[in-house]
Amino acid sequence: MARIHSLLAVAGVVVLAGCSAIGSGDPAPSASAGTVTLVTHDSFALSDGLLDAFEEESGLTVELVQPGDGGALVNQLVLTKDAPLGDLVFGIDNAFASRAVDEGVVAPTEAQDAFEGALVPVDYGDVCINVDHAWFTAQGLAEPVTLEDLTEPEYKDLLVVPNAVTSSPGLSFLLATVGAFGEDGWVDYWTALKANGVKVADGWSDAYFTDFSGGGGGGPRPIVLSYASSPPSTVPEGGTEPTTGALLDTCFRQTEYAGVLEGAANPDGARQLLDFLLSDTVQDDIPVSMYMYPVSETATLPEEWTAFAPLADEPFEVAPDDISKNREAWLALWSETVIG
Amino acid sequence: MAVDAPTRPDPVLATASGRGRVVAFWSVAVAVPLLFLGIFFAWPVTVMIAQGFVVDGQLDLGGFADVFSRPRTWRIIGLTLAQATLGTALSVLLGVPGAYVLYRHTFRGRSFLRAFVTVPFVLPTVVVGVAFRSLLVDGGPLGFLHLDGTFAAIVAALVFFNYAVVVRAVGGLWERLDPRAEQAARALGASPWTAFRTVTLPALTPAIASAASLAFLFCATAFGTVLVLGGLQFGTIETEIWIQTTQFLDLRAAAVLSVVQLVVVAGTLVVAGRARSRRERALGLTLPSASVRPLRLRRPAGMPPGDGHGLTLVATAVTALVVLLLALPLVNLVVRSLRTGDGWGLDHYSALGTTGGSLTVTVWQATLNSLRVALDATVIALVVGGLVALVVSRRPRRAVGRRAVAGLDALFMLPLGVSAVTVGFGFLLSMHHPFGLPVDLRTNPLLLPVAQAVVAVPLVVRVVLPVLRAIDPRLREAAATLGATPGRVLRTVDLSIAARSLGLAVGFAFAASLGEFGATSFLARPDRPTLPVVIFRLIGRPGPESYGMALAASVVLAVLTAGIVAACERLRAPGAGGEW
Repeated sequence: MARIHSLLAVAGVVVLAGCSAIGSGDPAPSASAGTVTLVTHDSFALSDGLLDAFEEESGLTVELVQPGDGGALVNQLVLTKDAPLGDLVFGIDNAFASRAVDEGVVAPTEAQDAFEGALVPVDYGDVCINVDHAWFTAQGLAEPVTLEDLTEPEYKDLLVVPNAVTSSPGLSFLLATVGAFGEDGWVDYWTALKANGVKVADGWSDAYFTDFSGGGGGGPRPIVLSYASSPPSTVPEGGTEPTTGALLDTCFRQTEYAGVLEGAANPDGARQLLDFLLSDTVQDDIPVSMYMYPVSETATLPEEWTAFAPLADEPFEVAPDDISKNREAWLALWSETVIG
Repeated sequence: MAVDAPTRPDPVLATASGRGRVVAFWSVAVAVPLLFLGIFFAWPVTVMIAQGFVVDGQLDLGGFADVFSRPRTWRIIGLTLAQATLGTALSVLLGVPGAYVLYRHTFRGRSFLRAFVTVPFVLPTVVVGVAFRSLLVDGGPLGFLHLDGTFAAIVAALVFFNYAVVVRAVGGLWERLDPRAEQAARALGASPWTAFRTVTLPALTPAIASAASLAFLFCATAFGTVLVLGGLQFGTIETEIWIQTTQFLDLRAAAVLSVVQLVVVAGTLVVAGRARSRRERALGLTLPSASVRPLRLRRPAGMPPGDGHGLTLVATAVTALVVLLLALPLVNLVVRSLRTGDGWGLDHYSALGTTGGSLTVTVWQATLNSLRVALDATVIALVVGGLVALVVSRRPRRAVGRRAVAGLDALFMLPLGVSAVTVGFGFLLSMHHPFGLPVDLRTNPLLLPVAQAVVAVPLVVRVVLPVLRAIDPRLREAAATLGATPGRVLRTVDLSIAARSLGLAVGFAFAASLGEFGATSFLARPDRPTLPVVIFRLIGRPGPESYGMALAASVVLAVLTAGIVAACERLRAPGAGGEW
């Protein structure tokens, strides 16, 4: 018996050896004119076949490098700027855009709407407070509307937000409060939120799926920090309306940029790939595959987005330079105030 | 191995060329692992730490004064030590009875349970976070305990991860321990407890110390567990290095903290090394069949009271409770992976054959990638780890030599205790044209299994080493007296006995590689992501479908691990053992 098992195991090892990663003869990527490397965040995705179509059309081979999210992505680009990780970067958001430009990570461009003449906006979205309609209906409680409402006693212990230090929507919400209450007022606001029982979860998924009552995980809290585009995915099967909604007076706008990396081996390829990201083929796909809004005005939005995921008319704003200058200090102050 | 002794040696020639070969063999055995560790661990880490200490070509150690003057730093060091110490102590207290029940007894379902307790060890921390938090959150099944976001929850999760480390490390030795010594003590009138305390426990001490040092290193460098379950108020050195590096780009602070981490880790290794070597000696080992008894909950008829049956019952009760507690989050995970939009079903599992609209490959392809990478990593780890264990198992006559051997042992444990962020960023900085070679190793598919092997090597060493050390030196002397050349002694004594622990070593290395996420997340190429990377990406994406897929993929990872570990247990030749 034992011998048979050993034999099987040995046979298994031999079969596996045939397909080991080293043995499978992967051609080493080269920086030849035919390859363009896109450095992007973990959430980058396009529907099946789109990149293939681009490769076929342009004759380029696209390599992806996804070294992390938000700050981790930008900081790796800063550290490797003498030997860049690729040709084009996509996914630097407005919280980190200034650092990328100041550190000289991206090459200048002539595009009209480029941020500081280097980073081209590709998509955007609103980070907003979401509420569980079903919960509030069942409790017979009026839903909050503004950021101030969240400090009212009737909403005590109902809000959960992701950590501003470890999560990029969390940082966006911190920036929303800075935009709303000013540099002098946001700390007081968070003190009031804390007194009103705000819960801080590590990341967005943790907050939305574990703590939030409307995210499918059946958590205890009916108010969560999420995206303006979250409600459409809570339309129940057979239903016509989502069970959650976004509060459009509580939003911060996140813009995601792309730019050709300084020192890129294939800057021409990078520019072609950038044009492709801005083409309506990709722009139409962005809501479906990345849950963001396309920057192109000629792109079409999915039906449920036009119905259930409107953007804020006047999202809160903080100048990128201010973010760049104060981000670390704000985060330290936020930690001190909220985490203790 | 490379040493081949001529079958019929000419006595004079054999001594001259034989000695040359022996020297050559040991040189290679020391040099290969050192080169490996130097290139793929020490160098990247040094490059990364140097970023924080070298400013414009000048050494600047001002960071130390700066970082140590922050009260936060001291709080973080204190929290790290507290979490790791408590997590390790509890893992040992619970794990030793577990080893007794699972490795000293036979009962139905034993191999299933042995594989089952290993599952938590490889689960991605994001998933464990979900499984734990949805149990503990207010209104959850264990919400009444009010543990969500507490220090206790973090410690519980650390024990959840490390229980298997202790059970397997201690159990591997215990099942081969000759029971006659304890029986003799009992015959001379010692109570079961006294016999255990004075005979068995001292014999197990090296294995316990070894397991505790592994568990301590895993606890002290836990990252995702701490963040998801406790948040930043319970931040450790590891989470702080991550924040300073990836969020604040304060490389000076990160470098100082990396040095602090190294000091803590080195200190742990020294203490563990002392505890081990004081007790380590050749043991009376036997076949498991001679020492293992059927597990009986009722006192067998005719056995007098005071026969130690009470101890067995206590150990069984503790182990049953622990297995139940381990099962809760895992069952919760399975249940949640089956929950669909409005009901229950296998929808998330059938989605594993797709990219979920967001991945670069399907989950099954990622699973295959993981297996391939883990296979390569295991082979590398076995070769390197095997050589290290062989060298470290020697007892040089001179004190200098003994210290060198102990140092080598500790050196190869370091990768478990150094922040994955430091290693990952270090790879990115150092592997572009390494040593002026015209290759960019950063995107080379080879780097991933190598990086995982760096973490798996210390585990292989801990498995193989106790077996080699427990070999009675007289066995080697006898072989030599009978005319065997040094090479032949090595092959017929050391290698053949060490090979018995191969199954355990393969299982451990494979499991560690399958679950590795820290360095992998920096190096995995998107066209070939591993399973934990895919799970991480899915769980971070908006949309309940991605979330469900992530949970289903985690269940696949758990089942895969349990299957491989169980298969490796069977691979063991009779009489094999050693630490896991």
